[in-house]
Order: sequence, then structure tokens, then C-alpha cells
Amino acid sequence: MAKITTEDVEYVAGLAQLILDDDAKQRLVKEMGDILSYMDKLSELNTDDVEPMMHVLDITNVYREDVVGKSLTREQTLKNAPKHDDEFFLVPRILDAD
Amino acid sequence: MSDTHYTKTAHELGDDLRSGAVTATSLMESQLARIDDVDGKTQAYVEVWKNEALERAGVIDNELKQGNDPGPLAGIPIGLKDNLCTTIGTTTCASQILKGFESPYDATVVTKMKDAGGIFTGKLNMDEFAMGSSTENSSIQKTCNPWDLGRVPGGSSGGAAASVAAHEAVISIGSDTGGSIRQPAAFCGCVGLKPTYGRVSRFGVVAFASSLDQIGPFTKDVEDCALMMNVLSGQDPYDATSADIEVPDYRESLKQGVDGLTVGLPKEFYTDSLNDEMRGLIDKAVDVLKGQGANVVEVSLPHSDYGIAVYYIIATAEASANLARFDGVRYGFRHPDAKNVDEMYRMSKSEGYGQEVQRRIMLGTYVLSSGYYDAYYLKAQKVRALIRQDFDKAFEQCDVIVTPTTPTAAFEFGAKVDDPMEMYLNDIYTSTANLAGVPGISIPCGLTENKLPAGLQIIGKPFAEADLFRTAYAYEQNRGFDMGDAPVA
Repeated sequence: MAKITTEDVEYVAGLAQLILDDDAKQRLVKEMGDILSYMDKLSELNTDDVEPMMHVLDITNVYREDVVGKSLTREQTLKNAPKHDDEFFLVPRILDAD
Repeated sequence: MSDTHYTKTAHELGDDLRSGAVTATSLMESQLARIDDVDGKTQAYVEVWKNEALERAGVIDNELKQGNDPGPLAGIPIGLKDNLCTTIGTTTCASQILKGFESPYDATVVTKMKDAGGIFTGKLNMDEFAMGSSTENSSIQKTCNPWDLGRVPGGSSGGAAASVAAHEAVISIGSDTGGSIRQPAAFCGCVGLKPTYGRVSRFGVVAFASSLDQIGPFTKDVEDCALMMNVLSGQDPYDATSADIEVPDYRESLKQGVDGLTVGLPKEFYTDSLNDEMRGLIDKAVDVLKGQGANVVEVSLPHSDYGIAVYYIIATAEASANLARFDGVRYGFRHPDAKNVDEMYRMSKSEGYGQEVQRRIMLGTYVLSSGYYDAYYLKAQKVRALIRQDFDKAFEQCDVIVTPTTPTAAFEFGAKVDDPMEMYLNDIYTSTANLAGVPGISIPCGLTENKLPAGLQIIGKPFAEADLFRTAYAYEQNRGFDMGDAPVA
């Protein structure tokens, strides 16, 4: 299987919301290529008839009674926010002013 | 009154505290003095909670004085890996992105230990977001192995392992996603347990790979480990993946012995990649179990060789999803120069995450991306099913599986940082237990020629932690030597 190119790294970084400088890109081309080559050993195995395992426990849905429980106060919820106005989380403007 | 009570085990201290031979306050004072003495060398702690610990010790002493029972962990100094949410201090996962984060709630395991009378000494260093095998990926400090300060303590729970080995905590709590409790326990010469997936609530542990993560204890001996699992285990309404399965009194299993128990040795683990010295120590340990009446058989886990590939696909995929929550909005670092929302996400993550975390997010995003999902992620889930079937089949022939915990003893700083793939291979003997969801314990089985601890891993059937304790205790009580104390030099 073809390994990783600089374009692949740039594309994936875009999906992952990471900004990489040129050194980091070159490093990741090599490292991801090496690691993915190692992972290619899985293609040795025929798994056509194997059901993928999503989870080790035989649990489907876990329900609870629909009652109001204790939750965090607004103060507790906001206390770690980088920016807030005691009522809302504040973020930079999303839409242009005009 | 001895100044070195902190060197004892929790079960010994429980007796001393109840008989009045020591008070919780004097125990805590001596524990904190020990931390002052040696933490400059080990750098196990990222935060020490002196005032809170002494205040709690006073409360416990009052309870004891009034004849009340504060619980099975009354007065015991316990250290916590920095990915466990606590309302005391900060919870940072040793990451700059969570610097200064003060959790508004306690993890369920933290509440349980508190209710059992335990006293928290502080937070322990780790690889950033639990990603690593040497604790070198911490963004805060380098933790050193108490047996040889020039070597790593293992990881990712390196601070937790080093703190117990250096007597800076009687017990500590870590998390294990691919070996992050068992490998550092082996490197530092303590007992470390990864419970069955679903045995212990994960509510309040910062998520790394949700289908693999488990919380477990580091202790000085097997009895303390059983004592801790009595406290930590059980279903939790806040964690839908915690199982509704009865929790036995694990201490009752300790003295059952191994007479008639069948121990399986997987042939795939005993190959040339295991060095001769480690092999010799494991062989001796197996002989001890044989001498106690265990039957030993060869078993096969044919897909073991694929474990690391499967593990690093699934773990990075889940991590890339879990770490998406650090967006600079509700908590964590926000880059001050971000001019719009998109920049806020990208600049905050890029500045806040270290190199290994970024590497894993990249890999995880790649294996989940359109066009590669089937080849990597889906394929890994299928091979994961084969690995679980291997264990199910092996457990038709044996009760427990015995392996080395690691291929070598602790390595030197910098030995593997430049080659991520070589670092990943540290998990070769431990990651399959996480993939299969089965429990595994690491227990010290001697010292190498370099005076470094080696670890014996015992793996059991799902929810059969009692079998692990029974086997580990029989070995520990009959191994015929004492591990001694780490020199912290």
C-alpha cells in the first residue's frame, strides 16, 4: 500500500485541526509511513468471515429512570472557561460584522 | 513511634492505626517528610496536597478516637495519576492544554477511596494524556526510576509507579490503556493491576481510548492490591460501561493457593524477542507456582503478533475522537492570538498538545478517514475479535496465563524517544489484555544483574480477578526472596 505523502499529512492535519510547520510535516511523513507500514501486517490475515468487535462487553443499551438529578451549577460550569461573562461561554466572532 | 511507618503496606498500617500504634496524623507527617526528602530525585509528584492531607488525617484520627470505623483505607496515604479528576488541586494530564484545570467533580474512584477513609497526597506525573511508555512525554517534568535514576520509570503511569516504589505513597492509582499500569509496575518493582474492562468505573478519568481504558492500583504487595479492588470495583450509574456483576471479597481469594490450578504459558510470548535474563526470572517464577501444586501447560495465542498493530490503530482512532473536545471553549488553553473560531480551534490545539499527542491524533484521524477506514480501523476491529477468541480458547485449557510483563527491564532516558515504533513495542506483552478486555496483574519477580526489577504478568478470565490474586499471592509468599527497597539513587 502506498505510504504517506506531504499532501496526505496536510490533508489529515486539516481534518484534525492541527497547524504543522514544514519540519513537523516532514517528520510525520516518515513516522506515519513507518508506523502504517508496520500496521500493514494485518493484511496477512484473511478476515472476510470475522465480525468486527466494537466492544468487549456484551452490553447494548443502559437505561435509567428519566428523573432530574443533581447537576453542576452555572458557576462551576463556567469556572474553567478561558472567557465567559458569568452567563455564557464567550468565543471569537463567528460571522463577519457586516 | 517510628518515623518510617510510611514504608509499610496498607494492610499492616490498618492494624497499626486501629491499635493506636500510629495515628493518621503522624503517619501523614512522616509520609510528607519522605516526599520532601526524595521527590527532588524521583520527581514523581506534580502537585503535593500537604494542608489538605494533614487536615483529613486529623478528621480520621478523631473518628478513630471516637471508636468509629472510617473505612478499610482509613488514614492511608494515596497518590493519584494526574488524569483522575479531583476537586482538590488541578487535573492536567501533564498537558499544557489542561494547565490549571480545576475539576468541578471527583472521579468515582476518588469518591470511593475518600468514602473508605483514604487520604490523597497529591497528583502524579504521567505521559501527556497517558500516551507513552516512559513518562518522557510529560509536558511538566521527567520522572526517574527509583531503582536507577538514570532510567525511565515506564509509562504512562510513571509517577504513580515511582511514588510507590520510592515510598512516597503507600498506594497510588493509575490507568491502563495498553499496559500503562503493568509496564511501569514492572519497571519500578511494584504490584500493578489492570482490572477487567467494566470492573471499575471510568467516570472522571480523562478519556484516552474508551474501549480500552481501565483504572487500577499500584501497591507494595498483593494483599494491598486485593484490598484496593474491594474498594474500587463495582457498577456506577455514571459509567454505562461499568458492569452489573457482583464484586466478591477479593481478600478471601488470597489464601486459596494454586494447588490444582492450571497455568498456561503462551508459546508466542516465549520467543527470541524475550531476553535470556528475563526468561530465566520468569522460568523461576513458574517453578515456584509448580512447587505450590499448579499444573503448567503450553497454550497458544496465535494472533498475539498482531496485537501492537491492532492496538495502535484502535487506540489512536479513539484518542483522535476523544481529544476533539479540547477546543478552547469550555475549559483548557485558548490561544490568545486567535482572531476567529476556526483559528481558536487550530491554534489552541497546535500550541497546547505535545508532539506524541499530535502524532497520535494524526494517526487516528488517518485510520478513520474516508478511503482508509476499511483497511485500517475496520480491519483492526476484526483482528481484535480474533485476539479475544484466542484468549477464550486458551482459557478452555487453563485458569490463568503467565507471561513476562515486558521484554526488558527499565531502559535509559532518551533510548527510544526518536523512534516511536520502537517505543510502541514496549506494549507487546500487555496490550492484548486490553484488546480482549481481560484482567492482568504485574508482580515483581526478581532483579536483573543491573539491579533492575522484572515483572511477571498474570492474565485471567473476564471478571476473574480473584484467580489473579490467588496466583500472585501464592507466588509472592513462596518466591523465597524479598525484593528489598529501591535505592532512590
